[in-house]
Amino acid sequence: MPGFDFSNHARNAALHAQGFPLPKATSTGTTIVGCIFDGGVVIAADTRATSGPIVADKNCEKLHYISPQIWCAGAGTAADTEFTTALISSQLELHALSTGRNPRVVTCMTMLKQHLFQHQGHIGAYLVVAGVDPTGVGLFTVHAHGSTDKLPYVTMGSGSLAAMSVFETQWKSNIDREGAIKLAADAIQAGIFNDLGSGSNVDVCVITKEKTTLMRNYIRPNERERKQRSYVFKRGTTAVLREKVVERVDIGKYVTVHEVPLEAEGEKMEVDA
Amino acid sequence: MAALFGQDALTDNGPGYAFSQAPSSAAGGIRERSFYPYTDNGGSTLGIAGEDFTILAGDTRSTSGYNINTRYAPKVFKIGGDDSEGTNATIILSVVGFAADGQILKERLDTIVKMYRYQHGKPMSVKACAQRLSTILYGKRFFPYYVHAILGGLDEEGKGALYSYDPVGSYEREQCRAGGAAASLIMPFLDNQVNFKNQYVPESGEGHALQERPRVPLKRKETEELVRDAFTSAVERHIEVGDGLQMLVVTKDGVEEIYSPLKRD
Repeated sequence: MPGFDFSNHARNAALHAQGFPLPKATSTGTTIVGCIFDGGVVIAADTRATSGPIVADKNCEKLHYISPQIWCAGAGTAADTEFTTALISSQLELHALSTGRNPRVVTCMTMLKQHLFQHQGHIGAYLVVAGVDPTGVGLFTVHAHGSTDKLPYVTMGSGSLAAMSVFETQWKSNIDREGAIKLAADAIQAGIFNDLGSGSNVDVCVITKEKTTLMRNYIRPNERERKQRSYVFKRGTTAVLREKVVERVDIGKYVTVHEVPLEAEGEKMEVDA
Repeated sequence: MAALFGQDALTDNGPGYAFSQAPSSAAGGIRERSFYPYTDNGGSTLGIAGEDFTILAGDTRSTSGYNINTRYAPKVFKIGGDDSEGTNATIILSVVGFAADGQILKERLDTIVKMYRYQHGKPMSVKACAQRLSTILYGKRFFPYYVHAILGGLDEEGKGALYSYDPVGSYEREQCRAGGAAASLIMPFLDNQVNFKNQYVPESGEGHALQERPRVPLKRKETEELVRDAFTSAVERHIEVGDGLQMLVVTKDGVEEIYSPLKRD
C-alpha cells in the first residue's frame, strides 16, 4: 500500500498521554525568500538546520530540485520538505513525460497544495515554489495547511519577518537580474543575523527561460575563526581495556576484503589541527 | 514537531511568553487565567579557577524565543567595588537564566558586600560572600531567582576560588563550571581539558592499571584560550549563544575586563 504507515499511532498517542515526549524532528528554522525579475525568478535560503536550540546542520541545503526549470525552497520540518518536494518532483516528471510538455509552475503548486491539504497540516512543509515555464515566470508560497499565494516577492520561515522588512524597504518593480539576486541575498542575511532559527550561509538559485543557475554558498558570512589551542591527543591517551586482533584470513570468510593503497588521495581522515 | 509559526504559545514547547493570552476554560464557565513570571534569556557562562587567578566569562547576547533583545547585555559583574563601576572590586559574579532576576540578585549582593565593608572596615572574603549568596538564594526558596550563579575571587591564601550555585542556593567550591544554555556542551570539554578526565598517561600500564593524566594548574594564558575556544564552539552549535564574549579575570592586582566579538548569526 502506498502512503503513510499509521500502525504506531494509537500506541504513540497513549504513550504521549502518559507524559512520554514526542520525538523531536529536525526543523529547518529557516529564512527562505523568492523574488521575480525581468525575465526570471530568484529564490534564496539560509543553511542552518535546528533541533530545538541546537544547531543540527550548519550547512544544509534548503533549495530543492523539482524539475530543471522549477525549484523549491523549503521551511518547516526538514523531512517533510525533503520528501514532499521529492514526491511532487517525481509525479511532475511522469506528468511531463506523458503529456510531452514542459511542466508548469502552477501545476507543481497545485499538486503541492492538494497533497498538503489532504494531510490537514500534519505534513509540516512551508514552501516557496519558483520557476519559468511556457506561460512565463511563476512564484508562489505554499503553507502546510494548503493555502497558497502568488506575489512578486515572498518570504517564509521563522526569519520571514526580518527578510520581508528588507523587501518592503528596498523592492521596486522592473528590478533586473543582478538587483533581484542582491535583494534576495540581503533578505536572507537579515534573517541569518536577526533570527536565531536561521544562520550560516546564503544559497541562491536563479531561473530564467534560458537556464537555471544554482549558486550553493553564494555568500559565506559566518566562517569559524581558527581555534586558539591544539586539541591533538598523544597516542595512547585513551585507555585500551581489551584488545582483539581479527586476521584478514578469518574475516575473509564473512566479507570480501579489497586491498586499498594506504596513502590514496581522499582516503585520509579529516582531523582538526 | 517543529513549530515555525508559534500561534499557540501554550501548546508548543518553543519560545513562550511571560503573559499567556489564551485562557483555558473549565466546566461551569469558570475561566482560569495564568501568569508566568519567568522568561529564559538564553546565553551561557563559564568559570575557571587557576593557581593565582579566577576567570568568569559569559557571552553578551540576550534572547527571547527566536529574537535577539540586544547583542550586548553583560552577564558577568564586579561585586562590592567603591562605586557603581565596581572600581577596586575583588569579587566577581556571573548570572545566567532569567536576566531580570540576575540583575536584581547582582544588585542585592553588591549592596550587601558594600555594606559589609562600611560596617566592618575591611573587604568581605570570597568565602563569606559565597555563604551569603547561598542564604540570599535560599531566602526565596518558594519564588526562586531563576538563575545559575557563579561566584569568583581569590581565597585567603591568594588561590583562585570559584563557587557555583543552583537557583535555590545549593553551592559548592569547584575548579571549573559552565552555566546556562550551552552548559551541557561546554562542561564535558572543561572536564577533559581542565581536570584531564578520560585522559591517561601513554604506556604507563596495561588496561585498568593505566595511570590517569595528573592534574596540573593551568596558566592564565592557557585558560583564556580554553575559554575562548569553549565559547566559539558553543556559538557554532547553540543558537542562543553569540555576539560577544566578556571575560573578567581576578588576580592579586584586581579585576581585569576583556571583551572580544563572537559570531552574530
